[in-house]
Amino acid sequence: MLGKLDWSAIPFDQPIPLVAGGVVLVGILAVLGWVVVKGHLPYLWHEWITSVDHKRIGVMYILLASVMLLRGGSDAIMMRIQQAVSYQSQGYLPPEHYNQIFSAHGTIMIFFVAMPFVIGLMNLVVPLQLGVRDVAFPTLNSVGFWLTATGALLVNVSLVVGEFARTGWLAFPPLSGLTYSPGVGVDYYAWSLQISGVGTLVAGINLVTTVLKLRTRGMNYLRMPMFCWTTLASNLLIVAAFPILTATLAMLLLDRYLGFHFFTNEAGGNVMMFMNLIWAWGHPEVYILVLPAFGIYSEVVSTFSGKPLFGYRSMVLATMAICVISFMVWLHHFFTMGAGPDVNAIFGIASMIIAVPTGVKIYNWLFTMYGGRIRFATPMLWSVGFMVTFIIGGLTGVLVAVPPADFMLHNSMFLVAHFHNVIIGGVLFGAFAGFEYWFPKAFGFRLDERWGKAAFWFTFTGFWITFMPLYIVGMLGMTRRMQHYDVAAWRPWMFVAAIGMAVLTIGVVCQVMQLVVSIRNREALRDRTGDPWDGRSLEWATSSPPPVFNFAFYPDVRGEDAYWEMKAKAKQQQFEHAEPEYQDIEMPRNSPTGFVCAFFATIMGFALIWHIWWMVIVGVIGAWATFVVFAWRDHDEYVIPAAEVARIDRANLEERRHLVSLAGTV
Amino acid sequence: MAITATAGHAHADPHHIGLVVEHLGPAPKRIVTAYGFWVFLLSDIVMFSCFFAAYAVLVGQTADGPKGSEIFEQRNVAIETVCLLLSSFTCGMASIAADVRNRLWFYLGMAVTCVLGLAFLSIEFREFADLVSRGYGPSRSAFLTAFFSLVGCHGLHVSAGVLWLLTMMAQVFAKGFRADILRRMMCFALFWHALDIIWVAVFSVVYLLGGAP
Repeated sequence: MLGKLDWSAIPFDQPIPLVAGGVVLVGILAVLGWVVVKGHLPYLWHEWITSVDHKRIGVMYILLASVMLLRGGSDAIMMRIQQAVSYQSQGYLPPEHYNQIFSAHGTIMIFFVAMPFVIGLMNLVVPLQLGVRDVAFPTLNSVGFWLTATGALLVNVSLVVGEFARTGWLAFPPLSGLTYSPGVGVDYYAWSLQISGVGTLVAGINLVTTVLKLRTRGMNYLRMPMFCWTTLASNLLIVAAFPILTATLAMLLLDRYLGFHFFTNEAGGNVMMFMNLIWAWGHPEVYILVLPAFGIYSEVVSTFSGKPLFGYRSMVLATMAICVISFMVWLHHFFTMGAGPDVNAIFGIASMIIAVPTGVKIYNWLFTMYGGRIRFATPMLWSVGFMVTFIIGGLTGVLVAVPPADFMLHNSMFLVAHFHNVIIGGVLFGAFAGFEYWFPKAFGFRLDERWGKAAFWFTFTGFWITFMPLYIVGMLGMTRRMQHYDVAAWRPWMFVAAIGMAVLTIGVVCQVMQLVVSIRNREALRDRTGDPWDGRSLEWATSSPPPVFNFAFYPDVRGEDAYWEMKAKAKQQQFEHAEPEYQDIEMPRNSPTGFVCAFFATIMGFALIWHIWWMVIVGVIGAWATFVVFAWRDHDEYVIPAAEVARIDRANLEERRHLVSLAGTV
Repeated sequence: MAITATAGHAHADPHHIGLVVEHLGPAPKRIVTAYGFWVFLLSDIVMFSCFFAAYAVLVGQTADGPKGSEIFEQRNVAIETVCLLLSSFTCGMASIAADVRNRLWFYLGMAVTCVLGLAFLSIEFREFADLVSRGYGPSRSAFLTAFFSLVGCHGLHVSAGVLWLLTMMAQVFAKGFRADILRRMMCFALFWHALDIIWVAVFSVVYLLGGAP
């Protein structure tokens, strides 16, 4: 009846996951209870859960990423403490638990923090920057988000029901095969990623179509803001790479569930095929994450330097070059496989070449700042902090791209330091910069600058204190994923890293405090103009938060930095222009399709993990029926009357006139 | 946007590269939908390419089991191919009928497409069942693993296509040729033709190349 599921799945003998899971459960129930008691449930359901508005979905993506960042961060703290105390001792985490923690940490941070964070920012901002009213497929957008949330939910369920994978975040066979991982851990891992992978693919298709087919009048390709270009490149990579992950995990699951022989040691299976396939997805994946961050830095640096982006066209070329070359370097993840010197040399050189367009970008940002009137607001701090940090990560990357060096450093702590250097210093700093930069746009008030700057400095120094020692212990021969060790020379460095982790944690606390303080002071921090940073692109041309239709009219774009030129023009002409004729606007109706579909996907995923076959069938039929019901509805749009559009737009313009006339006096 | 109405041409060509063709604005829904579906089909083809790659890597790994030439029956494969190619033709007829709002020819075209699709599936199912009953299931060798996965993945797509086809017929029956239903019909037709293209590759790589003695 319940497949492999019974009471032994709950780890009653392990206090840490049990307490953690209990706290999370109490937290969720408390929030739910508060929502129900306060009567917010209808509001949540109508305005958020069933929303197909790209801005709301973007915010929900970022909320999911933030919550999961706390979970992944807790894993990180536990690992740093374990390695600080486990010199010639077992520490406080038994090996099987420690292995689950580092696997969950990697899986969560990449798939459920970094991915939803950048997809959320793209969702929120790209339609606004393109001057349009929504993404190409609004309901599908909602489906994509809820499927991602399903994946995150399943990973967290594994904390208390059963176990998570002990195989590392990419679950290499044969370790992840049935022989060596007979439990449900790998199944939790694989089904979570299959379900959220579908969500990511949907988001990718949606955003590619949006950028290529939905742009306002005059928004030629070479007038798009840089963030739109990097969004295009990143989502092209999603469309081309995520199917590889889906296929690879499907093969692994077939091996595990039906006794196939893709990656087994017996009957001719080929373990190294898994390496090639997973990294053919995995390397583009890192560029899927970092390219949107590069776009954010481009927007932020240009805005806060008060200058157009230096070398816009070279930036576009560099972005697209990275997009293409990122598919030609995957083998550098396993130089030690022994593909031979010529193959290793080709991939080593390709890996070094891909550093060139990245270097072009760094110089472009520096030259954008050069001669500019720079304002060091929090988003700019994150951007400058990124440039300093990411260069070190990039250089150590070029170092391990040299095969002989890689033979020494492969799977060492040096590698761990390198990829945290680029992912924290590149992706996470970028996500935080974008968060600070676009928060006023999403919610209508700014974030507190003092707490923001404190968060930056603690995170920045905490990062350096944590990860520079890891480079050193890597050089001293420490391999990654060690539950305990006996080398005295590593010990002081692990202490330093643990102290750095404490500083990083203070940074996270500051971020939370910033949010709390800003929400309490929101009236004082209110952004009435829609343009708090003196921005340059179209998202600042509408109010904060934007009306549901974003723009009363499709803006007419005449060049790069569209909004900057509009502002300049408006100042010259003193606003002496006739009021345009407002028209009715059709917007897509909200739909529970995404939520209901994800509900059935959760049931199906859980049932597949525990081999509850009747429940799998219920899940599949439910998901299909949801789509048919959705396809059957007769009205998928509603009309906002012209008078309402006029009222909203006039109010917005009035505030803005005030702003521009003020700016004219300075 | 009122302010945009005042924006002029002062910086229309910052790099002075000459004529700029102005973008006309968002594309109509029909174009957007079809374009998005094309992007999905490309991603689906990437997924198939992984199974093709796995087949290419594992085709020689028979683990003392049968080789392709010992188990493939070219006659069955030929019938399957004819079924699928003909179904693409009838699917095209149904699309034309939908475009000219002719219900009779639409139902007829879709029904024949469905029958041909089911015929294809039943032949494939019999081939699989026969192999399994002879002890040549996917667990027998890595070659058979790759074979069953690649061909089975295509078969699953055809099954999903048949389910979609029936849903489309029901939709037209209940709602008529509405704009959104015509858009879905266009996506379905693209999907069905794409499965044909993939089958051509399966036929060539699996049955012709893999069937060589």
